[in-house]
Amino acid sequence: MFDLDRWQEIMSTLKKNKLRTFFTAFGVFWGIFMLVIMLGSGTGLKNGVTSDFGDFATNSVFMWSRTTTMPYKGFPRGRRFNFRNDDIAVLKREIPEIDILSPRNQGGGRREGNNVIRGYKSGAFSVMGDYPEWNLIDPVNILNGRFLNHADITEKRKVAVIGNKVHEVLFRPGEDAIGQYIQIQGIFFQVIGVFKPGQSGVGFGGDKEQTIFIPLTTFQRIYNWGDIIGWFAFTSKPGVPASLVEEKAAALLKRRHSVSPQDTQALGSFNLEKEYNQMNGLFQGINGLIWVVGIGTLLAGVIGISNIMLVIVKERTKEIGIQRAIGANPWNIISQIMTESVFLTVFAGYVGLVIGVGILEVVNNLLSATGESSNMFKNPNIDFNMAITALAILVFSGAVAGLIPARKAVSIKPIDALRYE
Amino acid sequence: MIRLTNIHKSYVTGSNSLHVLKGIDLKIEQGEFVSVMGSSGSGKSTLLNILGILDNYDLGDYYLDGTLIRSQSETRSAALRNRYIGFVFQSFNLISFKNALENVALPLYYQQVPRKKRNRIALEYLERMGLKDWAEHMPNELSGGQKQRIAIARAMISKPRVILADEPTGALDTATSYEVMQLIKEINTEGITVILVTHENDIAHMTKRIIRLRDGLIESEVLNGKPPIIN
Repeated sequence: MFDLDRWQEIMSTLKKNKLRTFFTAFGVFWGIFMLVIMLGSGTGLKNGVTSDFGDFATNSVFMWSRTTTMPYKGFPRGRRFNFRNDDIAVLKREIPEIDILSPRNQGGGRREGNNVIRGYKSGAFSVMGDYPEWNLIDPVNILNGRFLNHADITEKRKVAVIGNKVHEVLFRPGEDAIGQYIQIQGIFFQVIGVFKPGQSGVGFGGDKEQTIFIPLTTFQRIYNWGDIIGWFAFTSKPGVPASLVEEKAAALLKRRHSVSPQDTQALGSFNLEKEYNQMNGLFQGINGLIWVVGIGTLLAGVIGISNIMLVIVKERTKEIGIQRAIGANPWNIISQIMTESVFLTVFAGYVGLVIGVGILEVVNNLLSATGESSNMFKNPNIDFNMAITALAILVFSGAVAGLIPARKAVSIKPIDALRYE
Repeated sequence: MIRLTNIHKSYVTGSNSLHVLKGIDLKIEQGEFVSVMGSSGSGKSTLLNILGILDNYDLGDYYLDGTLIRSQSETRSAALRNRYIGFVFQSFNLISFKNALENVALPLYYQQVPRKKRNRIALEYLERMGLKDWAEHMPNELSGGQKQRIAIARAMISKPRVILADEPTGALDTATSYEVMQLIKEINTEGITVILVTHENDIAHMTKRIIRLRDGLIESEVLNGKPPIIN
């Protein structure tokens, strides 16, 4: 429904005072431009920071035992206690909200000099006693072979999954490590897999590339840990807050290990979900602020449009009077002015949108070209929905900006409009 | 065609009220050629504006082609103006950013006639005015007489029943005035009612009926130069 006459009229009014049109449009252009740049930067910041979490299960909780600080059930304070293997089954049974449960024993080793030997090569690596479930909490990329499985656990196999750096140190480049043996603190382990760490920057001491995973049960046996478990990592089921699981698990473990329920110091725990949510909250706050400031800037531009439309209507009073005398009805006039206002707003805003997105693209390319995958700022962009929202806001605000001038244009009687000089 | 009974109109500015029309009774038949004369302030323009549904009146009745014209919506007024009335103004009032052809075609635009069709009709009317070669010219490239002829073509294009002309020759020299009056006369012979406001006697005497206003009342009516008729 292209109406040539309407566009001819719009163009003629806008061209009549080009500088004025330019400045008016600039207000809206700047509003949308700033909104796009700020939203894109906010996304970039968020991408940068959240990419640090990578594939790590963000709803995970970690829990370890410490020293009691209260006497309870005849035990003195200051008692050390440990989680045990049978805690695993009880936790799973008593707390159905737990999704993944992965006990872990963390060996020292790295700081004690070279603890792993193969032939005449040796290195200092972190040794972790794990369950296969660990790979669901902090996923690794298996380059070769496989991760631990439950048969490894139940049969207490002496098998190891080694990080790529471990492979680099102990093997020749490109050498197939699978089936080979390495010596961990004097005990031979068969290599069953080589991995490269996932994207996550969440760590537990030690370089992940220099980590060796062995079955938890094997770990307990060779290091003479009995049935002691160092700490638990667990995640909540979808829709269940991790803190609920954290509370329940803490209460259960305290009961099982005769720790006073009031003793808040006896168990250490870290709730990643809480941290993650806090960070998300921060980004939501930043995002909200961006919208408030951006919409404010845009509003200033739109008010500018409204103002100029009022001036245009005043300048064209007589013309509008003539049009009405020869048969233009109020709707003709109103839609004419509203179209003009929406056109000006959308055009200026669209230019702002395109230039803003263009600049984000350039920054994006520069960032990836320099290879500087800085961990604070990554992949700034605005998504399609945001762009559509911004355009919808533009159309709406353009219509609102035109409404008052349009009403003014038809509120004046045709005869007064005709007489107006 | 037009029937006015006891029309009153006052303009209120602040606390002052100016009583402009003080009871006009007037009957104009289809096809008449009427001029309204009077000194400035006599209410002749106000009367024309009321006839053209550009302004409302305070008291009385105005029937246009049997329809009572009173406080209808502006949309309805616009439709009535578009259908019944063609306007010719003293200052031509062409739309500056439209060329001659588009100016003539404008009333049909508001009737939602397709662009091609209305431009074809407009060209016919321009031809009748002898301005076919000027169709693409903008108003500021035309002389006063040409502008007024374009304005007349624009008033004619919607085939109105009444043409209202507010001092159509006021801004023209004598020779051009007479040409324009000749055109208006021709239009009248086609059966269209023409009502024109003027304060020039020679122009008024080209019409068939002269109505003189004085202080908001009809002072006299002269038919073809014959003595006044008593209402």
